[in-house]
Amino acid sequence: MTSENLPDRAAKAGEERLAEQVARTGMFGTEDTGDTSGYGGLRVRRAPVPSSPRPYGSYFDEIADRLADSLDSGGPGFPEAIEQVVVENGELNMYVRREHLVTVAKMLRDEPSLAFELCLGVSGVHYPWQPGRELHAVYPLLSITHNRRMRLEVSAPDADPHIPSLVDVYPTCDWHEREAWDFFGIIFDGHPALTRIEMPDDWKGHPQRKDYPLGGIPVEYRGATIPPPDERRAYE
Amino acid sequence: MTAETEGRVYNLAGQDWDEVVAAADEAGDRPGEERLVVNMGPQHPSTHGVLRLILTLDGETVTELRPVIGYLHTGIEKNMEFRTWTQGVTFCTRADYLAPIFNEVAYCLAVERLLGIEADVPPRANVLRVLMMELNRIASHMTAVGTFGLELGATTVFLYGCREREKALDLFELISGLRMNNGYIRPGGVSQDLPSGALEKLREFLGVEPALIGEMRALFDDNPVFRGRAKNVAYLDLTGCMALGVTGPILRATGLPWDLRKSQPYCGYETYEFAVPTRDTCDAYGRYIIRMDELEQSLKIIEQCVDRLAAKRPAHDPVMIDDPKIGWPAQLAVGADGLGNSPAHIARIMGQSMEALIHHFKLVTEGFRVPAGQVYAAVESPRGELGCHAVSDGGTRPYRVHIRDPSFTNLQALSAMAEGGYVADVIVAVASIDPVLGGVDR
Repeated sequence: MTSENLPDRAAKAGEERLAEQVARTGMFGTEDTGDTSGYGGLRVRRAPVPSSPRPYGSYFDEIADRLADSLDSGGPGFPEAIEQVVVENGELNMYVRREHLVTVAKMLRDEPSLAFELCLGVSGVHYPWQPGRELHAVYPLLSITHNRRMRLEVSAPDADPHIPSLVDVYPTCDWHEREAWDFFGIIFDGHPALTRIEMPDDWKGHPQRKDYPLGGIPVEYRGATIPPPDERRAYE
Repeated sequence: MTAETEGRVYNLAGQDWDEVVAAADEAGDRPGEERLVVNMGPQHPSTHGVLRLILTLDGETVTELRPVIGYLHTGIEKNMEFRTWTQGVTFCTRADYLAPIFNEVAYCLAVERLLGIEADVPPRANVLRVLMMELNRIASHMTAVGTFGLELGATTVFLYGCREREKALDLFELISGLRMNNGYIRPGGVSQDLPSGALEKLREFLGVEPALIGEMRALFDDNPVFRGRAKNVAYLDLTGCMALGVTGPILRATGLPWDLRKSQPYCGYETYEFAVPTRDTCDAYGRYIIRMDELEQSLKIIEQCVDRLAAKRPAHDPVMIDDPKIGWPAQLAVGADGLGNSPAHIARIMGQSMEALIHHFKLVTEGFRVPAGQVYAAVESPRGELGCHAVSDGGTRPYRVHIRDPSFTNLQALSAMAEGGYVADVIVAVASIDPVLGGVDR
């Protein structure tokens, strides 16, 4: 089957899938000629995060339009500030380039037609397989005026884990950013006192990162110990 | 008395305050100033859990307050990444331990949105969810108000609060099998239907509860000591709430009727009749009154739930999604030994169908796959917006779950409420925020 006889969007989605990294190969642990199931040749890829095409639906187009107006007239411009717009599961998510995060947040808060007064915190996520954008910070926003929700997502590389702080725009981010620093090691530039919040002050490492070593349970039974949860045998 | 890099340090051993102040004056060390740094907690009955406060006092006045948290951090979010999506319920229910059902609902709504099955959750399951949430709201507010009284020295109020909370917990035990950490809400529905006799018990509860709440209000609402302690104390206005991300009764005490049950309904809340109580006093007293008013509204919702549950025949009305790839296979029945299992289901998988056994085994050990993506689902917990940010990489386990707990966010506002007031008012401010440290630290 060639790509000509497929509808455009399906073809594009297929290409995006094939462009993704292979997350794992094979199944049941067989790699040699003993594999009679054929599953040994399986290649499971990471799920792509495709940009959503216009129209986004619901009130999302209006948010994007108003934000584009503001960014184009008094800022770096929409395509420069916003990397990608993703609408999935009925929710709007905008990937912001980190250098423009504060500008975008300020516009979302202050522009009357947007009016996202509440920031509901910062949620860090660690994607070790995304080179150059391993660390993500997700900011869910809420507009009480318009009864709307959206999210901002910012990424930073592991080698330079800096994201500008939003404390000046949303003071509520104070503890949330400390938490994201504590658990993921994201450094929020401009935060008034970026210290650990949940872990003890002298803790080493950032426990919610995917590469943080987990301890096994040192219970010995006939010479065997229980391995850490990420090394145990499991279906996947 | 030792000289340190930050200045002179005086050690107090009790009863010698005047001597120390005189000594400090003599030494010319900021004469006349009585600045005192006091550590309060983490083990202190009136800090509402393992919360530590570092207070800088000038006489009786708090000039600086720094909350220190983390004493109850148990790694719930990290633990969830190594269990299946269904097992996640068992962990997140332990976050805000006074509102376990709300944690479960927020998490399950997030999982259901990722799966795209929000509309397929059976109506009876939604009614049961609302019923359990409102019972939980009563239990939680009763603890909040009870400990509020206790922290001001009023033990009677605490006993009243516990007495009424106990009634809600008894119903939890009857319906879910557990008083706390219920694990009752599951992705796709709830774990089991009402047991026989539950509707009568619920009606009994609805019969006695209004009088008990009335008794508590008669004791406390107009109590002159309580009014003196709580009125115009721990002030936080709408601007402060918005800036600090504060939601729940504290926000509604500024006059804004913001309640997710009304503004962004979930689990069918739009079909229930209830009001959103507000006050515009912005103080601790207003927050207390709002909690008491919400108790009455919760009873109203429970009454509507009971009517709806009574109208249907359980056997024809499932409480779990009709999808064998997601719905947990068994409806539990309590056996003679008091343990739960399902004789009909066991007979089927052990005696009749090999495929059913394989299916059961796969679903219970491996779990179901959830399409890759991320969602943020929020519910109105007794303390404000409880959100769940869930990320899936397409596997059988959550890639990341973050619980946006209202206690964590609201506790940030403590400094704004308490600085400039008296030390005694710090206790009132903490009690009026009603933080649950299990949710703060997770």
